[in-house]
Amino acid sequence: MNIRILGGCLRVFSWGAVLVLTGSVLVLLGYLLVKGVPSLGRDLIFGQVNVLDALLLKKRVFDGLFPAIAGTLSVVLLSVGLAIPVGVCAGIYMSEFATVLQQRVFGLMFDILAGIPSIVIGLFGFSGAIFIHRYISNDFRPCLAVSVAALAFLVLPYITRTTQASMQGLSIQTRQAALALGATRVQNIFYVLLPQSFSGILSGIILAIGRCAEDTAVIMLTGVVATAGIPGSLLGSYEALPFYIYYISSQYTDAEELMSGYGAAIILLGVCAVLFILAFLIKRRLAGPAGPAPGRFHG
Amino acid sequence: MTRVFQKTARIVFFLSAAASAMAAALVFGFLLVFGFPLIGGGEFFSLLTRPWSPGQGLYGFLPMITGTAAISFLSIVFALPLSLGTVCFMGGLGPARISRLVDGFVRFMTGIPTVIYGFLGIFLLVPVVRTLFTSAGSGMCILSASLMLSLLVSPTMIIFFKDGFDSVDVRYIQAADALGADSVQRLIYVILPEAWPGIVTGIIMGLGRAMGDTLIALMIAGNAVHVPGSILDSARTLTSHIALVSASDYDSLAFKSIFACGLTLYVLNAFAVIAVRRLGGKRGPV
Repeated sequence: MNIRILGGCLRVFSWGAVLVLTGSVLVLLGYLLVKGVPSLGRDLIFGQVNVLDALLLKKRVFDGLFPAIAGTLSVVLLSVGLAIPVGVCAGIYMSEFATVLQQRVFGLMFDILAGIPSIVIGLFGFSGAIFIHRYISNDFRPCLAVSVAALAFLVLPYITRTTQASMQGLSIQTRQAALALGATRVQNIFYVLLPQSFSGILSGIILAIGRCAEDTAVIMLTGVVATAGIPGSLLGSYEALPFYIYYISSQYTDAEELMSGYGAAIILLGVCAVLFILAFLIKRRLAGPAGPAPGRFHG
Repeated sequence: MTRVFQKTARIVFFLSAAASAMAAALVFGFLLVFGFPLIGGGEFFSLLTRPWSPGQGLYGFLPMITGTAAISFLSIVFALPLSLGTVCFMGGLGPARISRLVDGFVRFMTGIPTVIYGFLGIFLLVPVVRTLFTSAGSGMCILSASLMLSLLVSPTMIIFFKDGFDSVDVRYIQAADALGADSVQRLIYVILPEAWPGIVTGIIMGLGRAMGDTLIALMIAGNAVHVPGSILDSARTLTSHIALVSASDYDSLAFKSIFACGLTLYVLNAFAVIAVRRLGGKRGPV
């Protein structure tokens, strides 16, 4: 075929693809905003309860998103808090100490772990809960602790990989200066390599937070419920924003409940967007002319 | 003192790495142990091909396999032209300034929660499908789910395609430029033929993402347990089947079949990961 005609077709095709892709996402998000923004407000989150009373846990919020937000916040903080130390240490090992064989074997395992569908991680958490229920304590059932552990499994490979990548991306000069001055390898890691790759690791952690906040499949098998109030104990049930959205979409009884579903979706989308932009800005600073060489990773 | 600290630090690093690597094996082990009564005795493969009919004691998950296959394949059919077109746009066919915007938007799309796609699917897409195709019943069908899913997998595919484009040797591109190639010729004769590992990697990763997603299919595919006959039929995927677990009796065969679904997903994912590593494509979480 004539290259000129082919080129013209390709150009039209690429413009069309971009327009269809961005257009449909913008239509979806626009619809969400148009339908949902009127529901945003103090009542959406706190219902009829005084804000201060709710925040100080004096009164329980029944008809607002406050318990779901508190649940999502606790599950995210706990699971990322659990995954960071292990993930960063594993990343340091992979970057600084691992032999070629270890890099290959461990790397394959991390890739497999990263690719496991989140519902399967949820099933794993669920079976862990059954295991404890059967052999250790009869009172044990899916709860906040199980979700936290399962979500930590979910984001562990992200944190490991970003740590490894941003440390490996450091220039040879950065790596060797302290060593030449007589620092030990471990001192070099703590005083030079980790601080230098901090923004890379941080952007990985922020993306991991986003992943935890949006995940529904893991938590729906490991202890999240529709109504539980503020999470009180690691061994209790809890509510979460993404699960609330899922639940409302099939169980809503009146227009007001449906509206709160739209409101919850906007809040969740907002949280994810803010986290995304934060990670993007940190990474861009990292890739800037003044920063160290960018690591081999991407969003 | 410092020597002890050195040693301890190194051991802690190693243990963390080993533990994280073992995590993947641990998940596999749990699925295997819990699903064993169904899987043992070489019954696994007959399960794959049997229908689901608990009344007659049949716990095959053929319907879920076909559901997953149909929905993820169709979503790739929708997403592939969109992703290829978009990456060509970013690879020189579109204006640089708009390309950067599109690039940022695509990366933003990776962060949109899948439950929101499902939610909007119910209230925006499903009614449209219901109106357009009267034979689609409630509108919750394979078509709706795969349309929505194609938006979820496109960014994954685009990012891997773009990695493939970016990994083309810059000297080839300069050589083409020096010969007077325009952006279309450069794309067709130099970049596309060289970037195929990235394109294959992107398709595999997109398929993996489509098969692994739960919420979209769960919310808008209808979840009927039968082998679907057309794309306007309701279908249940392996992931939705797990999500719909009714844990009343932990020892029932119906419950144990869920672990067989989990194992199937795990093994498919492991194969995809190994295939991508073989291709030497850029790895890591997206």
